[in-house]
Amino acid sequence: MGGVSAIIFIIGIFIFITKEGLPFLLGRFDIVEFFTSPRWRPTSEHNPTYGALALIAGTASVTGLAMLVAVPFSLGAAIYIGEFATGRTREILKVLVELLAAIPSVVWGFIGLSIMNPLIIKLFNVPVGLNVLNAGFILGLMAAPIMTTIAEDALKAVPDTYREAAEALGATRWQVIRRVVIPASKNGLVAAVLLGVGRGFGETMAVLMASGHSINLPTSIFDSVRALTATIAAELGETAVGSDHYRALFTLGIFLFLITFIINLTADLVVRGIRKK
Amino acid sequence: MDSQAPAEALAIKTEKLNLWYGTFQALYDIDLDIKRGIITSMIGPSGCGKTTFLRSVNRINERLGYVRTTGSILVLGHDIYGPQVDLGKVREQVGMVFQRPNPLPLSIRENVIFGYRLAKGTQKVSASERDEIVEKALREVLLWDTVKDRLDRRAIDLSLEEQQKLCIARLLPVKPAVLLMDEPCSALDPKGTEAVEELIWELRGEYTILIVTHNMAQARRASEECIFMLLGKVIEHTPTEELFVTPANQETADYIEGRYG
Repeated sequence: MGGVSAIIFIIGIFIFITKEGLPFLLGRFDIVEFFTSPRWRPTSEHNPTYGALALIAGTASVTGLAMLVAVPFSLGAAIYIGEFATGRTREILKVLVELLAAIPSVVWGFIGLSIMNPLIIKLFNVPVGLNVLNAGFILGLMAAPIMTTIAEDALKAVPDTYREAAEALGATRWQVIRRVVIPASKNGLVAAVLLGVGRGFGETMAVLMASGHSINLPTSIFDSVRALTATIAAELGETAVGSDHYRALFTLGIFLFLITFIINLTADLVVRGIRKK
Repeated sequence: MDSQAPAEALAIKTEKLNLWYGTFQALYDIDLDIKRGIITSMIGPSGCGKTTFLRSVNRINERLGYVRTTGSILVLGHDIYGPQVDLGKVREQVGMVFQRPNPLPLSIRENVIFGYRLAKGTQKVSASERDEIVEKALREVLLWDTVKDRLDRRAIDLSLEEQQKLCIARLLPVKPAVLLMDEPCSALDPKGTEAVEELIWELRGEYTILIVTHNMAQARRASEECIFMLLGKVIEHTPTEELFVTPANQETADYIEGRYG
């Protein structure tokens, strides 16, 4: 039942956003403009343009930086929790990681806005602290807990007999981790990273608050950007239902949906070891 | 260092070895002299401490954080519980075969060369050196002809008997002095048991072998000396024939006649 209802909901959501976006896709939509023009000016009175390149670049740059933060952080944490910590320490850390995962994204956005912003301005001597660096860092911290949890599960799935065998052959704990545990749990670790990327693409509120929300093709991490998700969140309430602008936002939604769907599907296939040699 | 001090006629010498799991004492004052180059078997009922003893000879017991050991174990005259001891070196010298075959999730070739690579540390192992070592080790365990065409395959896909032979083969490239075997045939069928026992018999002389077994027939036919343990203590340690024919202790006699176990 649960499985069936999940499928029905997914298909329902997809049909809904497609239905709302389709008239735009079939009419005003210009695929070249959408993917190559950085000009997102849907509210222009005379000449509205719908180039999503800057938004895509905004989402990609923030997510990319987030992964640079989150991957080492979460894999390191997972290895520590899974392979080194014991007893109480381990339980406490696991609860803390789960607590981190439960922090609402608007709270993260608030941290970006009120703590990271002045900090970045002061540390790097730049005029604006709401930029790729801020949003990427915040998003990295947000994605890390869930990635840690999944990565730790993957490490835990490696049978202890492997570790014992390798240690009996003279391996130190680090050698066991590097030569046996990580190769054996590779699929799960890749899945953890992919799910983190999916989380990054989909995150809205924190990115809206921390990225500066200005349309820009970023050339450095100190540029403000605007994300796909944040654009939808900020503009949808202001549009007339059924207008080109309204439908263009749904087109962004379709695009996001497809990307996260592909990422999650890949993660799932990797977990199942479809790519097994 | 192979042929000087007289102490080295002994492969393993323990003095007042006591071991606790938390508050439970598993070994009491174990004093054993295990001779070099022969097969010594350890028998006794479940929970008598034979596996615990075996696992303290390469210190793999310490993986469990709550183990405490006192006394000493000398392997070829060196105290492996000394303060300056390198665990990696201990395990190079003292190889272990486990109850269930536990090949690593790597190819057959990488399983055999794993310990050797560790022993070489940062030095690279060339392909020709690697192939030579792998072939030699696999020949020694009579596995070469069966697996030579599929060295890249995963070791986990081999039969249990072949896996256990592989687990013995991977110990050999680092030239250990002692091989510890913890009921190495208990997961195998009679044919596999026979093949692995035969192999163990072949390996004696070059290696000192200490084998824990539940199977008294196996102890009797496959070992030269035999140790009988009960409740964490060594009851008797004599040549195998003697232990089975004229046991000195009543407990030993009761056990080998199957009155408990």
